[in-house]
Amino acid sequence: MLRVFRSKQKYATVRPKSEQPVRKDVPDNLWLRCESCAAMIYRKELQKTQHVCAQCGHHFRISAFERLQTVVDADSFEALAPLRAQNPLDFPAYEEKLQQARERTGLEDAVLIGTARVDGVRIVIGLIDFAFIGGSMGSVVGEQLVRGFELASSREVPVVIFSGGGGGARMHEGIFSLMQMAKTSQAVGRFRQTGQLFLSVLTHPTMGGIYASFASLGDIILAEPGALIGFAGPRIVAETTRQKLPDDFQTAEFALEHGMLDAIVSRSDMRTTVAKLLSYHV
Amino acid sequence: MNTSFEWEKPLEELETRIRELRSFIQEQGIDFSQELNELERKAERQRKQIYANLTPWQRVMMARHPKRPTMLDYTGLVFDGFMELHGDRAVRDDGAVVGGIALLDGEPVTVIGPQKGRDTKENLARNFGLPHPEGYRKALRLMRQAEKFNRPIISLIDVVGAYPGLAAEERGQGLMIAECIEQMSFLRVPIICVITGEGGSGGALAVGVGDRILMLEHAWYSVISPEMCANILWKDSSRAAEAAELLKLTATDLLRFGIIDDVVTEPLGGAHRDHTGTGRQLKAFIKRHLAQLKRKNTGALVEERLQRFRQIGAFSEHTRQQVAVEEPDTAASEEGAPDDSSGTENDNKHTPDKKVGGGYND
Ligand SMILES: [Zn+2]
Repeated sequence: MLRVFRSKQKYATVRPKSEQPVRKDVPDNLWLRCESCAAMIYRKELQKTQHVCAQCGHHFRISAFERLQTVVDADSFEALAPLRAQNPLDFPAYEEKLQQARERTGLEDAVLIGTARVDGVRIVIGLIDFAFIGGSMGSVVGEQLVRGFELASSREVPVVIFSGGGGGARMHEGIFSLMQMAKTSQAVGRFRQTGQLFLSVLTHPTMGGIYASFASLGDIILAEPGALIGFAGPRIVAETTRQKLPDDFQTAEFALEHGMLDAIVSRSDMRTTVAKLLSYHV
Repeated sequence: MNTSFEWEKPLEELETRIRELRSFIQEQGIDFSQELNELERKAERQRKQIYANLTPWQRVMMARHPKRPTMLDYTGLVFDGFMELHGDRAVRDDGAVVGGIALLDGEPVTVIGPQKGRDTKENLARNFGLPHPEGYRKALRLMRQAEKFNRPIISLIDVVGAYPGLAAEERGQGLMIAECIEQMSFLRVPIICVITGEGGSGGALAVGVGDRILMLEHAWYSVISPEMCANILWKDSSRAAEAAELLKLTATDLLRFGIIDDVVTEPLGGAHRDHTGTGRQLKAFIKRHLAQLKRKNTGALVEERLQRFRQIGAFSEHTRQQVAVEEPDTAASEEGAPDDSSGTENDNKHTPDKKVGGGYND
């Protein structure tokens, strides 16, 4: 059965003390340069703006823990019991890669999932962390998402998932990883029958097997501005087609224009938007 | 086009010697039948040995053989009276996916699957067998039609992947694949999927959810092509043979993992050497599995299909105590923590062991 443990401490403390996460996009010094407009930003300032550039609105990548805090009510999150990945293909160096990712992120695998409240409304929330092997979906991510949907079914609460996986599937788990696409899509299909809302939020980047499964199956699909969203990687598309691709190719704006999204919502409006949508489905 | 493989060379030399000896016997009228028999036995032994010991990469090459039967070939080899039905009713008719109704020994079934071309002209019409979203939408439309008329669905899969292109992305390739996967999972008719050649990632899985997943002996099925895997690992797609080993993508591997139910044996030397024999064999497998599926009531059929995928995954339960080790500075409440374990991993391997015999035993 599903095991839920309480995790009422501050999320940052879940990380091992010795290994504070070092993120390329948020270097450990006072100032950093905006990836988009090149403005120099005071790091403390960036934390106040939820890691959005005040000059150009560029959304920096944030960890699952950080995002969780921007969305749910304080101290309302209870994580599902963690699962540990195996190496079913005996893929070289996979265990080491997992271990490094665990130490770097403080997560057991690429998804942080559990129950929480948003403006008092109980939900199941899942957040994919890009820093954990590119936010890729292996057996653990697939199983945890399915358990999340099953828990939401039994408690009759909505599901909100923030996706953000660059390659989609986790290559190191081979066919097991591919099958998680079927498994999670079916969990969404079963969850539909409960009449509860599944809100899918696509953050930078949501590609491949994650986009081509549960993330695309939300009753409502939102995205953060500028997020890369698509099936095939932009480099592969460029190499295969030798076609001139539009500047906004596979951005959230491109997806919205082509009818693939319900709305683009900036990080600062996300919490109120999620709360509003939840209130329409109570 | 030279369509023989390097590893077939010794066998071909032997076959040439047999032919020469035969014509020599005929011309000279001398009885060399003992020598001939010996040579033929040797060739047979060698053939068996070669094909029983193919490397994963050799199998990938077999799966890509230009003379391997395609979806449209199988509609004639396995079924009768195939009537192709075109279009997705939204965008256009995608030539990279073929579908329609055919008879399996007199019983109407819906047959769908990606279609490759054999030459440049065909490949242009078929977009090299790489479907756009509308191809998947067509497949889904025909599967829904099958459900309405209670026709079993046979999905024949041979695709490197969904097309990576501008129009495909504009029209929602990812969304369409997801929709196919979800909808196929709940269809209330028996579905048999057969990886006949290449099973490339999401583009294959989009039409690959079923009650039975079969694979031809020399087909491959993986989350990523060996070339792309090699490119990611070593920035060198020419090392695809090594990547093919790592990915465990052969029918034997996938049967062992419990991902597929049965391996359809190919005529010795591969499907491309004997289309008729391959078709006959595939038909027998499809008929046997379909007969089993038709005995199930619809509710059980769908439930078992969902359970099958629900069980797939390789992970272990992880205890609270172990997490606590990684959180030296927290005094987390143990309320609600699992109490049935002693601080070590609780091996709940959800990898189904090799399913016994697939269709043979039940
Ligand atoms: Zn900026």
